[in-house]
Amino acid sequence: MTETKLTEDIARAHGLTPAEYEHVKKILGRDPTVAEIGMFGVMWSEHCSYKCSRPILKLLPKEGAKVLVKAGEENAGVIDIGDGLAIAFKIESHNHPSAVEPFQGAATGVGGILRDIFTMGARPVLLMNSLRFGNLDSPVARRLLRGVVAGIAHYGNCIGVPTAGGEVYFDESYEGNPLVNAFCLGILPSRELVKGIAKGPGNPVFYVGSATGRDGLGGASFASREITEDSDRDRPSVQVGDPFLEKLLLEACLEMIPTGAMIGLQDMGAAGFTCSTCETAARGLSGMTVDVAKVPRRETGMTPYEVLLSESQERMLLIAEKGKEEIIEKVFSKWDLHAEKVGEVTDGNILKVYDGEKLVAEIPAKALADESPVYLCAEKEPAYLKDVQSFDPLTLPEPENYREVLKRLLDHPSIASKEWVYRQYDHMVRTDTVFLPGHDAALIRIKGTKKGIAVSTDCNSVYCYLDPYEGGKIAVAEAARNVVATGGVPVGLTNCLNFGNPMDPEIFWQFHRCVEGMRDACLAMNVPVTGGNVSFYNESPKGAIYPTPTIGMVGVLEDIDLRVPSFFRKEGDVIFLVGETGNDLGGTHYLAVQHGLKKGLPPRLDLEREKNLFQFILKAGKDRLLMSCHDISEGGLAVALAECGFSREKLFAAQCPDLEKIKPDPVRVDAFLFGETQSRMVVTIERKSAEAFLQLARECGVGCAEIGTVGTGKLKLGKWIEAPMKELYADWQESLPKRIGVI
Amino acid sequence: MVVFPGSNCDSDCFHSIQDVMRQPVDYVWHKETSLPACDLVILPGGFSYGDYLRTGGIARFSPVMREVARHAKEGRSVIGICNGFQILLESGLLPGAMLRNRSLSFRCEFVCLRVENQETIFTKNFKKGQVVRIPIAHGEGNYFCDEKTLAGLIAGNQVVFRYATPGGAALDSANPNGSVDNIAGIINGKGNVLGMMPHPERAAEDILGSQDGKKIWESLLECLK
Repeated sequence: MTETKLTEDIARAHGLTPAEYEHVKKILGRDPTVAEIGMFGVMWSEHCSYKCSRPILKLLPKEGAKVLVKAGEENAGVIDIGDGLAIAFKIESHNHPSAVEPFQGAATGVGGILRDIFTMGARPVLLMNSLRFGNLDSPVARRLLRGVVAGIAHYGNCIGVPTAGGEVYFDESYEGNPLVNAFCLGILPSRELVKGIAKGPGNPVFYVGSATGRDGLGGASFASREITEDSDRDRPSVQVGDPFLEKLLLEACLEMIPTGAMIGLQDMGAAGFTCSTCETAARGLSGMTVDVAKVPRRETGMTPYEVLLSESQERMLLIAEKGKEEIIEKVFSKWDLHAEKVGEVTDGNILKVYDGEKLVAEIPAKALADESPVYLCAEKEPAYLKDVQSFDPLTLPEPENYREVLKRLLDHPSIASKEWVYRQYDHMVRTDTVFLPGHDAALIRIKGTKKGIAVSTDCNSVYCYLDPYEGGKIAVAEAARNVVATGGVPVGLTNCLNFGNPMDPEIFWQFHRCVEGMRDACLAMNVPVTGGNVSFYNESPKGAIYPTPTIGMVGVLEDIDLRVPSFFRKEGDVIFLVGETGNDLGGTHYLAVQHGLKKGLPPRLDLEREKNLFQFILKAGKDRLLMSCHDISEGGLAVALAECGFSREKLFAAQCPDLEKIKPDPVRVDAFLFGETQSRMVVTIERKSAEAFLQLARECGVGCAEIGTVGTGKLKLGKWIEAPMKELYADWQESLPKRIGVI
Repeated sequence: MVVFPGSNCDSDCFHSIQDVMRQPVDYVWHKETSLPACDLVILPGGFSYGDYLRTGGIARFSPVMREVARHAKEGRSVIGICNGFQILLESGLLPGAMLRNRSLSFRCEFVCLRVENQETIFTKNFKKGQVVRIPIAHGEGNYFCDEKTLAGLIAGNQVVFRYATPGGAALDSANPNGSVDNIAGIINGKGNVLGMMPHPERAAEDILGSQDGKKIWESLLECLK
């Protein structure tokens, strides 16, 4: 332990404040080594330690009768779904890497979330993503979009897990700081759950997978800073992914499970070797001794510091049962992968790191993994709120031509068809994809059972900007509504909380209020949060992004034959508007597109009303009354009715010639057509089921009105809008390719 | 069912043979030097060796490929799907080569195929000229061969599937990747080795949106009985 004497400056260069540095010295009872400083620096970064967000995250409900692994316990939450099966799922951000190197940034985001799932012993069966970019008029946004989509495709396609859904939004708030949130879900037999744990003194610790290089050095610290004009210099912090190697690693790890030789498995993600060793030891209340000299490398001359902090991809730490080393070596050599014994589990609680004979770090594992300082960040209501909220959209004039408004909305890239994106993803591999992308939620089957899994990723960040509490609530409710629309019962959610710099009291206030809104919605719907991640410092020189708490909502269908598609299915079916419509124009897409305003109070969400809606739709689905069901969101009723007609097989047209009669008197026409009142859906049923459907609506206390029938040819919405579906489809379908310049 | 490192449609094909067709099927690891007794060898889709070097370029050197070639030479059946087709081209079991899609991006979608030759053991349950819906998912499915080879393929009735419009016209607008002459699948001169880019195993059950791909397995089952 005779390395250079450290100063606070070096500690600060690793992101440790003077107070944190003092705390480190107190834990160790001496001055730390360079390697130790590096290890504390990454483990106590916001990215790994949640030191700012932890007190707020505690608000979220984690409990549930079927939760097998709770939020924060392991790499991903796990929920029992019956039939001896469980699902592991999580969503995670890779925003900062994608901002500087979109292709590899996004690709490694996918690689990382996949590892989080298969370390739990689950086979990944579904990938999704939530992407946000600046306005496509900007060449930078177009470059980022192309790069991110190609990177996701590169990784997911090669590893053979379908990318079967997600969302893509465009808003100048994300200019220079795109959001790339990757979701993965895996399935496992509940009894074969694998944990990231090191226990049993003398048990060997293996390093498996790819070799270590200098890539991604300090990536976790990088993710805990704002993006500046100098961020390009951080490009070496971005890792490079190899999906082929990960495919081998995935198969080898899953092949290990039935052998019984494995005690624990942990991904080397952010903070790599450091994080995986101290976290597994801390979970097992054990110590661990490892030798970095034994770590396979792909570069020469690497120092212990570099090995400890590298974020090279496709690596795992595997804790095996003593005496079964041969099994590990046999499985990994079949897949042509490294499996090096690098150390062993010890008594006590100390993580000792050697470089050959030389001790380079000696730290209590739990202190490093779990005992970072926790900050209660200052909060202040943002100054902009009063101004934006006091704006009354009802002072605006009604548009002259509703048809043109509808066309503009359908042509807006956030609403338009995302076929250009999802066509680049293999969304059918594994032959489980039951709903092709474009439905309210992705839907996969589970072979060998009747079950289906429906997943939706969702967040309306404009709402969150205008009213963080209500926005957080709506993000949860809308994601759940999408799942319910397909016939799924929401069972759990994962979240990716993307915000600006938490040291800014106004940002932290947004964060706190969003989480409170999410909590209230979760409690009302009885849906636990099973994990996720927090991404702060999403700021570019132009300022912070809109608060964006992305929700990944997971639902289960007990019988996949009862699934409900989002598109109309046959002519003559009756169209119902479910839910009540108000004068809700604040924060709407209509306001942004037509009037260039992101102002007003966003729609209010009544949780009781939402619950009644869910109960009604799920019951109607079970009774096989529903032909189609589509959530009303951005763009309101008019956009939803047009979208319902864009089925792959055939263009259908909603024909609602008497829509005027349905509009409640005090509601303006633009609010009726384009407003975003919550808790509403467009549903079609066969004529013969109409009576039963209305009866059920009354029993559930849900408002429901017949508004028209499914036809072909022209969309007709009262006297306000008449337009050939072919033309609307072209607006919607060509929007993205046109802006990207591929047609 | 041969499994290469990086194969990822092996379990899909396995499922469609075992659970949909109710036929016995076994995996064979690429390092094997012999094949079990079987009627049909399937080279599944995926990214063998991560598509490094060229698609299928490394997999052709896997030990098992010598046995696959022998199996084919003996006149027994081989089907290569997507990456499996690419491997068949690289091994010289079928003529031609694959280029990157002309869009330069990966494309995954249902496409329409026109059945050009229904007199093969793989296609006898189709009608000639029938249009079927089977998905593609590839970044390098742009089939290319020189004019002489193409003329030979056409003369020998070896073009089995062409990309076409739903009405059955093999137009350029229906060509998803730029393949020469809209070629989606070809067969060898002996009629026992088929390579195709579309994935029949993804169109073998109603719940997946099409059962057209299943007809290939059904044809084989009848012919190989």
